Amino acid sequence: MDFAAIRSRLAGAEGRLYWRSLAELSDSLEFREYLHREFPEQASEWNDPKGRRSFLKLMSASLALAGVGACTRQPPEDIVPYVRQPEEIVPGRPLFFASAIPMSGIAKPVLVESHMGRPTKIEGNPEHPASAGAADAVTQAAVLGLYDPDRAQTVTYRGEVRPWSAFMGAMQSATSGQKGSKGAGLRILTEPVTSPSMAELLATILQDYPAARWHQFDAIGSDGARNGIKQAHGSAANAVYHFDKADVILSLEADFLSPSGIGSVRYTKDFADRRRVTDENKHMNRLYIVESSPTLTGAKAEHRLAIKSSEIEGFARRLASTITGQSSSAASTPAPGGQLGEKWVAAVAKDLQEHRGRSLVIAGDYQPAAVHALAHAMNQALGNIDATVTYGPAIEAQTVDQHASLAELSNAMEAGQVQLLLILGNNPAFTAPADLKFAERLAKVGLIVYHGLYHDETADLAHWNVPQTHPLEAWGDARAYDGTVTLMQPLTEPLYDAHSAYEVLTTLTTQPMRKTTEIVKDYWMRAFGAGVWTIRNAQGETFNNAEAFWRQAVHDGFISGTAALATPFAPAPKPGAAAGAPGTAAAATTTDTAQAPSDPSTPATGSAQPPAPTPTPSPAPQTAGGLELIFRPDPHVLDGRFANNGWLQEAPKPLTKLTWDTAAWISPRLAETRGLDRGDVIELRYRGLTARMPVFIVPGQPDESVTIFFGYGRRMSGRVGNPPEEARAFNAFLLRTSDAPWFGSGLEISKTGERYLLATTQDHHAMEGRYPARVATIAEYEKEPEIFKHMGGHVPPRTLTLLPEVDYKGYKWGMAIDLASCTGCGACVVACVAENNIPVVGKEQVDRNREMHWIRVDHYFTGDIDRPESLQAIHQPVPCQQCENAPCEVVCPVAATTHSSEGLNDMVYNRCVGTRYCSNNCPYKVRRFNFLLYSDWYTESYYSQRNPDVTVRSRGVMEKCTYCVQRINTARIDAKKEDRAIRDGEIVTACEATCPADAIVFGNLNDPDSRVSKLKAQHRNYGVLEDLNTRPRTTYLASLRNPNLELEPAGERTTGH
Amino acid sequence: MHREPAVPKLYGLMAEFDDANALVAAAKRTYAEGYRKMDTYSPFPIEPAWEAMHVHDRPVSFFVLCGGIVGMIGGFGLCWWVSTTAYPLNVGGRPLNSWPAFIPVTFELTVLIASFAAVISMLALNGLPMPYHPVFNVPSFLRASQDRFFLAIEATDPKFDPARTSEFLKSLGPKEVNEVPA
Amino acid sequence: MESTPARASGYKPPPPVIEPGHTFESVTSKISSVVLTKYQPVGWIITTLIAFMFLNLMIVSVSYLFLKGIGIWGNNVPVGWAFDIINFVWWIGIGHAGTLISAILLLLKQDWRTSINRFAEAMTLFAVACALMFPLIHTGRPWLAAYWLLPYPNGMGIWPQFRSPLIWDVFAVSTYGTVSALFWYTGLIPDLATFRDRAKHRVTRMIYGALALGWRGSARHWQRYENAYLLLAGMSTPLVLSVHTVVSFDFSIGIIPGWHTTIFPPYFVAGAIYAGFAMVLTLAIPLRRMFNFEDFITMRHLENMAKITLVTGLIVFYGYLTEVFFAYYSANQYEKYMIINRMTGPYAWSYWMLIFCNGLVPQTLWIKRLRTNPFWLFIMSLIVSIGMWLERFVIIVTSLHRDFLPSSWGMYYPTFWDFSTFFGTIGFFTTLMFLFVRVLPMISIFEVRTLLPQSKIEGAEGH
Repeated sequence: MDFAAIRSRLAGAEGRLYWRSLAELSDSLEFREYLHREFPEQASEWNDPKGRRSFLKLMSASLALAGVGACTRQPPEDIVPYVRQPEEIVPGRPLFFASAIPMSGIAKPVLVESHMGRPTKIEGNPEHPASAGAADAVTQAAVLGLYDPDRAQTVTYRGEVRPWSAFMGAMQSATSGQKGSKGAGLRILTEPVTSPSMAELLATILQDYPAARWHQFDAIGSDGARNGIKQAHGSAANAVYHFDKADVILSLEADFLSPSGIGSVRYTKDFADRRRVTDENKHMNRLYIVESSPTLTGAKAEHRLAIKSSEIEGFARRLASTITGQSSSAASTPAPGGQLGEKWVAAVAKDLQEHRGRSLVIAGDYQPAAVHALAHAMNQALGNIDATVTYGPAIEAQTVDQHASLAELSNAMEAGQVQLLLILGNNPAFTAPADLKFAERLAKVGLIVYHGLYHDETADLAHWNVPQTHPLEAWGDARAYDGTVTLMQPLTEPLYDAHSAYEVLTTLTTQPMRKTTEIVKDYWMRAFGAGVWTIRNAQGETFNNAEAFWRQAVHDGFISGTAALATPFAPAPKPGAAAGAPGTAAAATTTDTAQAPSDPSTPATGSAQPPAPTPTPSPAPQTAGGLELIFRPDPHVLDGRFANNGWLQEAPKPLTKLTWDTAAWISPRLAETRGLDRGDVIELRYRGLTARMPVFIVPGQPDESVTIFFGYGRRMSGRVGNPPEEARAFNAFLLRTSDAPWFGSGLEISKTGERYLLATTQDHHAMEGRYPARVATIAEYEKEPEIFKHMGGHVPPRTLTLLPEVDYKGYKWGMAIDLASCTGCGACVVACVAENNIPVVGKEQVDRNREMHWIRVDHYFTGDIDRPESLQAIHQPVPCQQCENAPCEVVCPVAATTHSSEGLNDMVYNRCVGTRYCSNNCPYKVRRFNFLLYSDWYTESYYSQRNPDVTVRSRGVMEKCTYCVQRINTARIDAKKEDRAIRDGEIVTACEATCPADAIVFGNLNDPDSRVSKLKAQHRNYGVLEDLNTRPRTTYLASLRNPNLELEPAGERTTGH
Repeated sequence: MHREPAVPKLYGLMAEFDDANALVAAAKRTYAEGYRKMDTYSPFPIEPAWEAMHVHDRPVSFFVLCGGIVGMIGGFGLCWWVSTTAYPLNVGGRPLNSWPAFIPVTFELTVLIASFAAVISMLALNGLPMPYHPVFNVPSFLRASQDRFFLAIEATDPKFDPARTSEFLKSLGPKEVNEVPA
Repeated sequence: MESTPARASGYKPPPPVIEPGHTFESVTSKISSVVLTKYQPVGWIITTLIAFMFLNLMIVSVSYLFLKGIGIWGNNVPVGWAFDIINFVWWIGIGHAGTLISAILLLLKQDWRTSINRFAEAMTLFAVACALMFPLIHTGRPWLAAYWLLPYPNGMGIWPQFRSPLIWDVFAVSTYGTVSALFWYTGLIPDLATFRDRAKHRVTRMIYGALALGWRGSARHWQRYENAYLLLAGMSTPLVLSVHTVVSFDFSIGIIPGWHTTIFPPYFVAGAIYAGFAMVLTLAIPLRRMFNFEDFITMRHLENMAKITLVTGLIVFYGYLTEVFFAYYSANQYEKYMIINRMTGPYAWSYWMLIFCNGLVPQTLWIKRLRTNPFWLFIMSLIVSIGMWLERFVIIVTSLHRDFLPSSWGMYYPTFWDFSTFFGTIGFFTTLMFLFVRVLPMISIFEVRTLLPQSKIEGAEGH
């Protein structure tokens, strides 16, 4: 046993150091083997529920490492609660703090619910323009990541536990070595940086080490958008779209309604607002989309043209020349998609031109720069600039082509020019394009410091590993998709020995001891009132002092009015020198910095742009023939960063409803010709690279394209994300090359003969003429408002009963869900999971139809599978319908589920014996049964995440949606204290709160003025399976489509009755 | 059993037959003789045998009727009281007193109590269980449960006289006549 | 005593429900010798051992179930019930023949019942015991089911919910079990007395003596006994019909297409009798062989049971046809789809096997040669049992797995534990059955005596 190590570690420990055994403390070889042995090998047990349980018992012992207890303590710094002051903490009453979850450097503004210092739930920040109260699935699931017991927990050097002080020492000596060469051997690799304070810190370092280089890489970022705007705009800029002003939208493979996209939360809201049809106002926008593999945006579109990803540029060119009227060579070349394509070009061009200034052309993140430039050109020609699309200054401190940047670093490593490499997050060893051979070239680097949340693939190759603080553990700032500066405040002390990126970077500066708080706060203190940042409060007034501004900003979670300003990239003034404002040296900054527009108050205008040049065509794909391979980030685990998040793994992926795995999407016809079936494992050969994938047959996928998703096949993600042996090769990064990051041709696939189990939560996507989800065109609806009532079975008259009506006095809760707004993003599912302590059951159980989600998003296809353009998808969120004549209640032998006086279909867990009769008798099948002990009772770190207001269910108990009864009761208590009735909108269910489209509305049906009553009065309102006389309290507003008659004659209808 | 061999105290006299018809005939004659405290024993029910002794009591039926009524009232009462008074809940919008739903339980309880009444009253009236009875003292009585038929006249019968009664029994043509010690 | 006066005086013998030439003595000794002997047939030993192995399998399965929860089975949402309830209904159905034979046939004065009613009743008891297990274990937490389903005043102030068919089940099945046991025991008392008087060993004499309650065959007792027995029969008759009616409510009260059907009560009752008689045949044929009871369980018995099986089989088959007709006639799209799904869906094999087992095979009983062929009857009875199990599989699984919303449709796949629990209960049942024939008279001796010509009294119209 190495006592020296023990002493050094205890000596170096900051604050309390938790250790269980001397063996662990001395970090002896055997002990590490013990830990490591249990990680990857046994991880396969995770999928097996029984295995997982025993496994967790085992792990909870070996993982009772540093300071789980710490998470119940308030951080030492002074942070400002959102609704009331911290000293007002009342046990049982949560506090809400505004913060942000950065993704790829962009802030997703959130409101964090904290119970006695334990962050338990993430919701959107209602006051923030980028959120308006909504949050997407991945953002909400971040709270689970905070408590993930698999997080990196201690600073290590070559795998041995070291104190932070030792790391600082190591960095001092390493940097002193660089002083001479002006840091020629120093490289820093980060995600895109929008954080002003971080930018200043980086600038300062680069000032000290002029020869050092700063690289940025984000595997799922959009170089196309960056470069396209530069092409069209002259300099880097940030395009912001305003769907709330657009009547006709053409998406060139832009998935702006994606479940995890940057800014898609706000975009979804705006888009939905523009099609919120009522009996009074029947105005509705129209969406055309040209895309390859189906997306949620495509599912929402009135018209969808499915062509290869590589053909979209051609289409854009033809359309652009038609719209701008510039007779270019493109005009003559036929449009992709054959006759249909031609028809499209004509119809869409006409429609767009008829809506000048109210139309919008948006290019997809995964399309090359040329397409973005074309979209810009069309918008300009259509007069949409400043109307439906505005260009702000670049929000990234330095806008670079990220694949080029990483390639440069990789070559430098190859050349042996890199002595000291700091990698801040994003696991490049896993996410780097295969052709850069990044992982193996790391071996040529002198000293690698990796700063990550997990001990992942990159950490495994690094020398020094510094655990990263979770966004909920550290101060920081970042900019939202629209540029609004958003502040992050810690909700808890770091659970483990983790450090923020600031602290890691300070070790390169002259003041290595600075704390994150100081750095961030100091920056904004200096920024206050000075030059670059014009700081106003929401009302546009100035603050009387910096402290007031700071408190307000932290309280709100963002600094209003900062969207229109560029992120300065300038070093901080030398300590000792008069504290100048940040960015005073902005002029002296390096190339590519976005120029702040002359007048910050108004964003750069289209007229200010040089006339859009006809963009240079992007290089044609080198090898024709073969199939087209399309890369996409996984909708939930993205590039794999969330692979270890059980909520996201189990949340059904949009359209396929696949959980826990990835799959290669192929069209039904391709499947037919290649003799492939769902779950067949294929080998993909592409540019000399190979990978394997199970196939999933997706209607609407182009026949010549195969779409694969990043994020799977991670060997070192943790016990949730580590794949079984046979799934290790399901890794899309194995095929990615830096020259064609998003699609390329020349793919060959072959059937391996192996099968792989794909667990989905919905197998049947046809409605069988039962119309649970109803849709009609706006024209049909105008002609016959009652149309939706006639779909589905005959509804018996309410009088047709021998029994007396139950009269619900007082409150009468109900819910209305607008299918016209719902995009099927699934944010509500994760919100419900977080709010109601819903357990993760694992892949095998999902495959047995035992998933526990209280709300599910059903997805139905209509149309002809062989004519992708005729396909329509519709999404329908299904929580408990809270039937007044609940079939489930009558059959329960022990009255474990009965009606409350307010008409809630209550479930009494501790009375339930588990006969499952209620579930059998539920026509909506919304009840969920704990077939095994699903709730994780063994992993201590998860205890703190649970919502204390909701029971953690045990084995053998039935459960289901309760309309968030805990929230109802909280509101009732407040109302009683103030001796008043509960106000409309005071109770917001978890799903309603987070819905980006505001599709879900909850309220009191006895109040004729409540929003829900008004919605239920609409003609579009109908109840699912009302013909069974269940009298559901949850009803739906039928979906509407606004098709262009030129593309869809009124006769041809694929839905309705 | 403990008794004085010198002056044996008598329970009665018992004639043994090996034929059911003979037993019935004998029973008729014995009754005609005026004997009342008598009984016949057979390995299976012989209706003429108890008709011969003019035994007619049907109290079991009465008890069964009572049991049935108690069960019915109790069963419905339970459902009704629980659903409307003790545990009134809105179950699927149904009225508290959903009487049609109470009928199955009512019926089952009716049958249950009535059946218990039948068996228990039958045993009670028969004075069972009764581990000891004097007739078992006759060695050959073992076959009363197999293939022999017995006619016993008890000593407590007013007309009983050890000598004359024994003579009378012998006149019935039995296999043999035994004294039944008490 | 071959020639009795009765025979001399032109006494007409009844049709031979037992072979002629028997005396009280021969009947008594023949039946009781099965028990009061040291000799066991090899067949008995082997069967009992195999059955006991399966009984242990059941114990293991159930213990593991209590440890882990019902997740070890294949049940899921939408198919919340599967083998557990299928087996429950199957066993309850089998448990109907006994009481039916002893009660209804008694009231109908079918004297041929006497030589089969005793072990048919025993079979009923054991089948009901197996059936009762499933409602208890199907929650995976029997300790709750046991004390929360019965109505009793408690500190929690909670009561059962009397609108639920499951509560009706609790009452119906437990009442049925209790009354059957009473009926069975009452019938046993005189025969226990016989055993008491024949037993050689002191201990056996004590045991049977205690059980016989001191029965001495007094005419006064016999008179009340017959009275009570008749009343029990009278009450058991509606009871036996009510039990499967209530069981059928478990489904017909539900709203699931394929469950919500008014024809269920009669068709379930018929099915129960059908399955019950099949099981009686399955047991009677080997047993009469094993213990040479051909004299008591004659071809007439087998043929009569075969006829009842045929009749009830036809009723059941009619039930199937009615379901199809009304699915079409109701013009209800859910009902229509349900039938189409049964016939052509993923579980179509079970439906067509069901039609084969319960619809076609019993038709062979129209032919007298097959009807009187014990071997065929045995095979046929097994096929019928399989068919009845499949009937419940079709009703429960295929109705649930595709109900109203296509989005929630799913499949059900049984696991090892589903099968082990099911076969375990068969072992449990068989073990009890074979132990029973070794310790109690499997044929009612005193009632057989009344069938002997010697028991007929001149001038009396018989009892």
